[in-house]
Amino acid sequence: MNGVRRELISASLIVILCLFAWIREPRFFEPQSLNSILLYLPMVAIAAVGQLPVILTGGIDISVGSILGFTGIAVGLMFQSNSHLPIVAAFLFSGLAGGLLGAVNGALVSWGRLPAIVVTIGTLSAFRGLTFLLSRGNQVDSTMLPSSFTNLVQQGIHIGSVTLNEPLLLVFLFAFVASIGLGYTQFGRNVYSVGNNIKAAYLRGISTQWILFSVYAFSGFTAGVSGAIYASRFGFVNPESAGKSFELTVIAAVAIGGVKITGGYGSVLGALLGCLFLACLNVALSVLGINANWQLMVYGLLIILAVLLDSLLRMTKRKAAV
Amino acid sequence: MKKAWVAGILSLVSIFVFSRMSPEFLDWHFLVTNSTTYVEVGLLALGMTFVIVAGQIDLSVASLMALVACLAALLLKKGASIEEVVGFALVAGAFLGYVNGFLVAKLKLPSFLVTLGTLAVYRGMAQAILGPRSVEIPHQFVGIDQVGVAGIPDPVLLFAILAAVTGLLLHQTVFGRWVVATGSNESAARYSGVPTEKVKIAVFVLTGVLAGIGALLMISRLGVARFDLASGQELDAITIVVVGGASIMGGQGSMLGTVLSLCLIDIIKTGMGVANVKLPYQLTVIGILLILAVLAINGSELLARWKSSRTSQQSFKSQPSG
Repeated sequence: MNGVRRELISASLIVILCLFAWIREPRFFEPQSLNSILLYLPMVAIAAVGQLPVILTGGIDISVGSILGFTGIAVGLMFQSNSHLPIVAAFLFSGLAGGLLGAVNGALVSWGRLPAIVVTIGTLSAFRGLTFLLSRGNQVDSTMLPSSFTNLVQQGIHIGSVTLNEPLLLVFLFAFVASIGLGYTQFGRNVYSVGNNIKAAYLRGISTQWILFSVYAFSGFTAGVSGAIYASRFGFVNPESAGKSFELTVIAAVAIGGVKITGGYGSVLGALLGCLFLACLNVALSVLGINANWQLMVYGLLIILAVLLDSLLRMTKRKAAV
Repeated sequence: MKKAWVAGILSLVSIFVFSRMSPEFLDWHFLVTNSTTYVEVGLLALGMTFVIVAGQIDLSVASLMALVACLAALLLKKGASIEEVVGFALVAGAFLGYVNGFLVAKLKLPSFLVTLGTLAVYRGMAQAILGPRSVEIPHQFVGIDQVGVAGIPDPVLLFAILAAVTGLLLHQTVFGRWVVATGSNESAARYSGVPTEKVKIAVFVLTGVLAGIGALLMISRLGVARFDLASGQELDAITIVVVGGASIMGGQGSMLGTVLSLCLIDIIKTGMGVANVKLPYQLTVIGILLILAVLAINGSELLARWKSSRTSQQSFKSQPSG
């Protein structure tokens, strides 16, 4: 049973979901719905890649939605003051702004020794307040953003009528960096050891505080990049609603991807599969014409089922080991 | 117990500050009538105290309250009597809480993810039932916050009674000891004969019942029910409990602290409202307050840990060799 990779199960869940949607409504496999899936992915996937190391250390980052809102507004204001700002620079600045906010979380969790859930609930509202201060209550709308920026999601590599939009390339970049970082470096191994047993990690000479600090800063950075993608995808950013309950989507994606919420187990591929699952689910619900009022409930049930499945798998594994 | 007084001292300080900022603030009648707005989240916090002391978390409380509120509103509209609706709200609250408890205690799933799922499921059910429309409450059920004894509105009185009862339950009964024991070290508690599974189920059921009562007070105060009632209040409830000195890791916390902390948040929000502080600033203040309060509460511990780590190093050095 140990040989069965958790990622395979996530992948087969996606296949089952898609087949089910396809049988009920053949339109599901048309390019249009594939495009919607690809459009949904980048924002969630990049933030999920950032959330993953945080959860691997046994922490949680609830403030990502507020960071997304803050950086979305920041991107709008940057373009307003300088409409010739290169798009790469906009993404970079947005990421750095997010990284700065994430560093606040990181400092409080590592050197302040406060529980992550408390810190990030606090910064969830504090950062939302900062977003209002930054925007002075005004919304960023498409007149403030250059069209080259808002067209980003329509551009990219066209395969037939399917578009691999440009933000997807960022997903690959982040996923690649995170997989190498977590899987093949000392830093990554240290992240896993902190999640498995922080005291043991500390006694082995791992600088646990730096590890904690950097995973939250990285999570903030990815949420910042997601903020820029939000601005480019929707063309407007509302200081109040942008990124509201985004944290729940991200955490749900990571959990569905088989990452252990108490830390120490999980992979980038798993997190990405979790995001793909949510993307397929969202599109399937709308293609199947399921009343929008029912979507939230289905969403919640699936989170519980995914967690249940995970625990069943662990139990059978434990029994097999005995 | 000392930690509880941090919130009390902060309350006194903020009363002083706000009475300086605006002379109208110290109007007793205004303060008391205004506090009916905070009773519902206060009830959520009473239940959350049990959950957090037992080492769990319940993110679904606000959704649960909204679902019960919507169902109760529909029953009232169908012509059910007030007694029937009150009975229904208590049973429904208990049942929905039991679902959380069952998933956490019997199926051994992490409470963070379970209640993240039921957060979506319960609110999703409310949305599936009502959709975007709002239900008006028959007039005989509206306005519990307008009546009272000796100038104190009924919801506030009810809250005071429930706070006293739950306080006794947590601090003066065997059940309360069991909750603390389960939260501080679950396996140790189980080996010493504490029925930890039942305790965990009980704290979720209790939270559900209190949220059910909150739902009744809420629809009676507002006169309408919508699926998005009390959205996001789970985080407020957690904030209140943590500022009240409870440890998010479980095993520590007091009902007095929760009540004082509710007073603190009530005073700060009312005071900022009277002093005409805008909502975004309020958000920032509450967020920063949460982190500062937790730093203050843990300050003495951090200091002690730091000192002991220094002395242990010194004693290690001063040990005679050989």
